[in-house]
Amino acid sequence: MKLKTVNRSISLFVLIVGAIISLIPFVWLIRSSLMTTTEIFEFPPKLLPEEFQWSNYVEIFSIIDFLLYFKNTLIILIPVLIGTILTCCMCGYGFARLKFPGRDMWFGLIIATMMLPGAVTLIPTFLMWSELEAINTFWPLIIPAFFGGGGFFIFLMRQFFMNIPRELDESALIDGASHFQIFTKILLPLVKAPMLVVGFFTFMGVWNDFFGPLIFLNDEAKYTLALGLLQLKGSYAADWHLMMAAAAVMTLPAIVIFFIGQRYFIEGISLTGIKG
Amino acid sequence: MNIENIPLGNNRTRGTVKVKGINNIRRKEIFWGYFFTLPAILGLLIWTIGPMIASLYFSFTDYKVVGDFQWIGFQNYTEIFKNDLNFKKSLFVTFYFAIGSTIFTLAAALFVAILMNISVKGQSLFRTMFYLPVIVPAVASNILWLWLFNPDFGLLNSILDFVNLPKLMWIYDESTVIPSLILLSMWSCGGTALIFLAGLQDVPKQLLEAVEIDGGNWWHKFRFVTVPSISPVIFFNLIMGLIGSFQAFTQAYVMTEGGPNNSTLFYVFLIYREAFQKNNMGYASALSWILFLVILIFTLFIFKSSKSWVHYGGGK
Repeated sequence: MKLKTVNRSISLFVLIVGAIISLIPFVWLIRSSLMTTTEIFEFPPKLLPEEFQWSNYVEIFSIIDFLLYFKNTLIILIPVLIGTILTCCMCGYGFARLKFPGRDMWFGLIIATMMLPGAVTLIPTFLMWSELEAINTFWPLIIPAFFGGGGFFIFLMRQFFMNIPRELDESALIDGASHFQIFTKILLPLVKAPMLVVGFFTFMGVWNDFFGPLIFLNDEAKYTLALGLLQLKGSYAADWHLMMAAAAVMTLPAIVIFFIGQRYFIEGISLTGIKG
Repeated sequence: MNIENIPLGNNRTRGTVKVKGINNIRRKEIFWGYFFTLPAILGLLIWTIGPMIASLYFSFTDYKVVGDFQWIGFQNYTEIFKNDLNFKKSLFVTFYFAIGSTIFTLAAALFVAILMNISVKGQSLFRTMFYLPVIVPAVASNILWLWLFNPDFGLLNSILDFVNLPKLMWIYDESTVIPSLILLSMWSCGGTALIFLAGLQDVPKQLLEAVEIDGGNWWHKFRFVTVPSISPVIFFNLIMGLIGSFQAFTQAYVMTEGGPNNSTLFYVFLIYREAFQKNNMGYASALSWILFLVILIFTLFIFKSSKSWVHYGGGK
């Protein structure tokens, strides 16, 4: 009994130490973003600023066009969310519930693309968009989302559709419902939770995406937040307090959205790894 | 039950009506099946298979965006293997990072998953804390770590200084840059840890208890029960981790710009340079096919070896 308590205390201690290590960089991000230039370059460093420099957060909005980058990111994000959620639900339903010749082959190929390095398809895809004169527009970043949203999401939705009892579809079929009605009226309302997971991952993907905008956008007025932040690094390399404030501003929306739906997301993330 | 008792004629007519009805239902199902999965199938053709064929074709040409191009056979490939010094360096650096980061990140993730699995009050809060680093956008976290790694004013050197250890140059020295980037990927191991956690929660309790009754300690439980029963999850994370880290790019672009002395010239960075800075599209396509083959060989190798160490529980 006593040994168990000792073990538990050790476990709890390690847990707390682990969590602190995981959080330290965040603390450093926030504290550095609230310092003056002189404070930030002190060695040994101070844990907290003498006076919180909230003005840093105002200043970054005046040196780079954060609001424009934010707007550009949203212009990409919203259609991508719609396209991904809509088409990955459709495909997940089709692959899970309907039988048609070639189904398993197509599904297998789509899953296999998850292992394909993006670099292999990158160059022809770029050349195709450039043929279509779509470089420096948002289309190359939006359109692909309307094609199922990638193997991962199709796989995820299929898992959920497979877990719903078949009797639901069968009795609806006997009552004369079409597959389209079964999908929209009966099954879609049952997969709201995984739709949220897909939505969260899609949001993260767009918010984080760096490579796509780097390749397809070259006009500053079209930049997304990720590119805007990088631009700040280029021109204000020594102003660490400003870069930290900008990085914090970019991180905040992601964290807020995560906290709103974290229960679903954490379940969704663990689900993707085990079943299959 | 007895077939002979059923009147033959009656049965036959019923049979045909039924078959007709089934055919109709089947046809509808096939139509809707293709209707619903069409986006993914088209996507596969437009965004994967088509570009793969095109990329393979380009890799045998001297395509440079401007002007004509022609078929040059294996010239790109021979050039890459014989004369491209960056290629060798890049391949080495990528292997070094991919293998190191996969092993260390998996180990860290497994450790964090074990922590996440301890039953304490407020465990969900701890789980969130471990997952937070994953949520930070890559560019933001890279800029943050650039500051943490700063040799003069960074937090990491302050900690080393505090415990009286010599300072390091971190990402500014060829010998420490890759380990530094591995450290950064270990920091965001929370996503992988959650997948491990799901596996840990399926470890059969009776087996753990059985080891305990037989006098085994935590190491025996871990080695002979936990590891075998989560081996499919280890396998999944290993494959995904390797494929992901073979494609590292952002860290190198944002933090080190490939340096110092090309020591972070990751393979995708090399492709990016050739394709989008030098417009050598044919050459870059050849490079990308080599990456594809390398990843394929690695993946097949792990799949093959997995038969001896991945254990699927009875029913699966």
